[in-house]
This record gives sequence, C-alpha cells and structure tokens, in this order.
Amino acid sequence: MNKLELVEALREEAGITKNESEVVVNMVFDEMSNAMANDDRVEIRGFCSFYIKQYKAYTGRNPKTGEKVEIKPKKLPFFKFGKELKERVDK
Amino acid sequence: MPLTKAQLVESIHNQIGLTKNKSAEIVETCLEIIKSTLESGEDVLISGFGKFCVREKKERRGRNPATGSAMILAPRKVVTFKCSGKLKDMINGK
Repeated sequence: MNKLELVEALREEAGITKNESEVVVNMVFDEMSNAMANDDRVEIRGFCSFYIKQYKAYTGRNPKTGEKVEIKPKKLPFFKFGKELKERVDK
Repeated sequence: MPLTKAQLVESIHNQIGLTKNKSAEIVETCLEIIKSTLESGEDVLISGFGKFCVREKKERRGRNPATGSAMILAPRKVVTFKCSGKLKDMINGK
C-alpha cells in the first residue's frame, strides 16, 4: 500500500472528501517528521514509537573498493512497533 | 515533549476545522488502515517518510538473559521501518 491508496482508503472509511483525506494523511506524517527533526520522540499508542539515535563519526570502508572512508556523525530514527501492532502482525 | 495522538488530533482539528471528536475518529481510522494492512502482511510505503515492512523471522536459539538458560525462540513476524532519504536529511538538518 502506498500513500495514495491510504488516502483513498481513509476517504472511503471516514466518509470525508479526498482533499480532507489527503490533508490528514500528509499532516500525520509531516508532524512525525517535524517532531523527529526537532529530536523529539514520537509515541503513537498501539502503533509505534520513534526516537532519534545519534551515531558518532567512524572510519568505514567502501565494500566494493576496500577504500577507507570517513563517516560523519549522523542521526537516524529508531523505530519500535507498539504492542497492539506486534500482537496483530504475529498471529 | 513527545508527539502523541492527542497532538495529531489537535492539528487536524485546527487545520480542517472538524470537531475534536471527528478528528480523533479520523486519526484512529487512518492508523487502523495502516495496522490492518500490515496485519495482512502487506508493506506500507509512505513516500518522503519511509516504508513499514512486515518481515518473517525464522526460529532461532536464544537465551533467557535473566537465567542464562538456552531456549528456542519461535518463528515470528515483525514490523520494520526503513527511513526515506528525505526524512534522513530532515533529521540531519540538511
């Protein structure tokens, strides 16, 4: 399922217009992105949570050429799925 | 302050002017659609955000960290998240 299909499914199930549905879906993911960009956690009960993990700089290697490369410090989102989703997916 | 469902409801209420009750219902419906899609084993791809994937884990030997005794972990299904390049750049302030 992609974003368009999600918008369509939400429009149908919630009985709202396509435009509203699109605004809602975009907003949900934009808000999550913004929170993470601000280093905030995201906690959606029953679905998932995200927090930002900070990685230090390290010297890596290009696996193809074996060349040494400097990896800069970076931040990545760490995803944890919620209890309800966990139980429902693993049945 | 972590972002919670209440805040999503508040934003939708402000943005489209639906009542708070209706906004809450829509957020729940939206999450429910994603959850049941994952439940059916289908991945959910949100462009610009990331991809929620369902992965099958094989049975493996594990250890109870508390007692140290060996045990067999049953095969199971988990949900993983692959962050999109756009979100990664946003988080790293690019």
